[in-house]
Amino acid sequence: MRELEHYTLTINGEERQVADAWIGESLLYVLRERLGLPGSKGACEQGECGSCTVYVDNAAVCSCLVMAATAVGTQIATVEGLNKDGSLTDVQQAFVTEGAVQCGFCTPGLVMAVHHLLDHNHSPNEQEIKEALSGNICRCTGYGRIFAAVDSVISVRKSTSS
Amino acid sequence: MPVFIPSSLTDATRLLSNNPTAHLVTGGTDLMVEVNFNHRHPETVISLRKIPEFQHWNIDNKSGVVHIGSSVSYATMEHGELAQALPALAEAARTVGSPQIRATGSLGGNLGTCSPAGDSLPVLSALNAIVHLQSETTSRSVPFAEFMVGPKRNSRLPNEIISGVTIPLTNGWQGYAKVGVRNAMVISVASVCLAIHDGNVRVALGSVGPTIIRASESEEWINSVGLENVTPSVAQEFGERVRAESRPIDDHRSTAEYRRHAVGVLATRLLLRGVQK
Repeated sequence: MRELEHYTLTINGEERQVADAWIGESLLYVLRERLGLPGSKGACEQGECGSCTVYVDNAAVCSCLVMAATAVGTQIATVEGLNKDGSLTDVQQAFVTEGAVQCGFCTPGLVMAVHHLLDHNHSPNEQEIKEALSGNICRCTGYGRIFAAVDSVISVRKSTSS
Repeated sequence: MPVFIPSSLTDATRLLSNNPTAHLVTGGTDLMVEVNFNHRHPETVISLRKIPEFQHWNIDNKSGVVHIGSSVSYATMEHGELAQALPALAEAARTVGSPQIRATGSLGGNLGTCSPAGDSLPVLSALNAIVHLQSETTSRSVPFAEFMVGPKRNSRLPNEIISGVTIPLTNGWQGYAKVGVRNAMVISVASVCLAIHDGNVRVALGSVGPTIIRASESEEWINSVGLENVTPSVAQEFGERVRAESRPIDDHRSTAEYRRHAVGVLATRLLLRGVQK
């Protein structure tokens, strides 16, 4: 017998009702299957691949490992909330320009991880970039073009801020 | 109401007394893997993420101890003052999962799960950490060695919550090393923490036995030799003695023989690092 839960999550600044949910549901499941936000991808469901990366109270976490019902009262941000008008962020545009997308399945998680890195460190070195993206697995690109995209965002941001 | 998010320790312990089968969750990075794969079906959950004292840490240089609340994230331990005070813990924290895991994973979770592969546990063992347990009516402090009693088994009572740990500072070098199949996002095949305090070596082994193992015979041996007499061949013998104190098994992650080899190499390496400082 599974008891069902009703609760409210704050996602991309909006309050969203979750009704009749089992408490064991992950935030990833609730986002995708209950709230119509399929940008976060589900692949490993054990925190290894990073495709489901979201921010909970400004920390980048794997939404598959967050019990959704325990995230009540937190600020959740998903890839859909990066640019609400539907345009691309500089990181997303750099992924396109540098060819950092092949199958694209890891891309939303990587975009979230890159934004998180660059929000906290404006000029990361190569080691810091690799470590920051070590929780996001891409099986297509070999990462070279992803690092090129990160480098291009860093240099564009530097040239526009100076 | 099957999910509780208490905002005080008093509320949390009362809720646990009233719901003794509830799952205690901080980050959820261990529990949710089991839930996602249908190995567990929690009916009642108490989330500990909003208890203020669980998120606090402080360094008390006067008493020579560090207190870390059970929900403090590994990310917090990786850098800054905590990392300076407890470098071995910082190194262990940096090997936990990925940045996404370290953002929410905590000592409370590692201690609650009590896997022999728990990355922080050899550090807590080598540094003689004290685990604090709180129930609705009692509070007690247990040395780590008495806390972990078997693989995924600890001496926490069903009505107790792990509130934090107290870790004595060391006045000598401390370090941590781990072997896995890759650098990031890996569960350890073997791990070692070595700490030097008052000129004495302490060494604790992870993933090579049913619990974290303090290699106490190896400690006695190296301390009788004396740190000032450590040469590469002495360090080699130390590694062999540590290896002999390990009790690994074959499993899907490694063979016992490889684990024995790895834990000896790590112990030799850490001892040499320690005396070179």
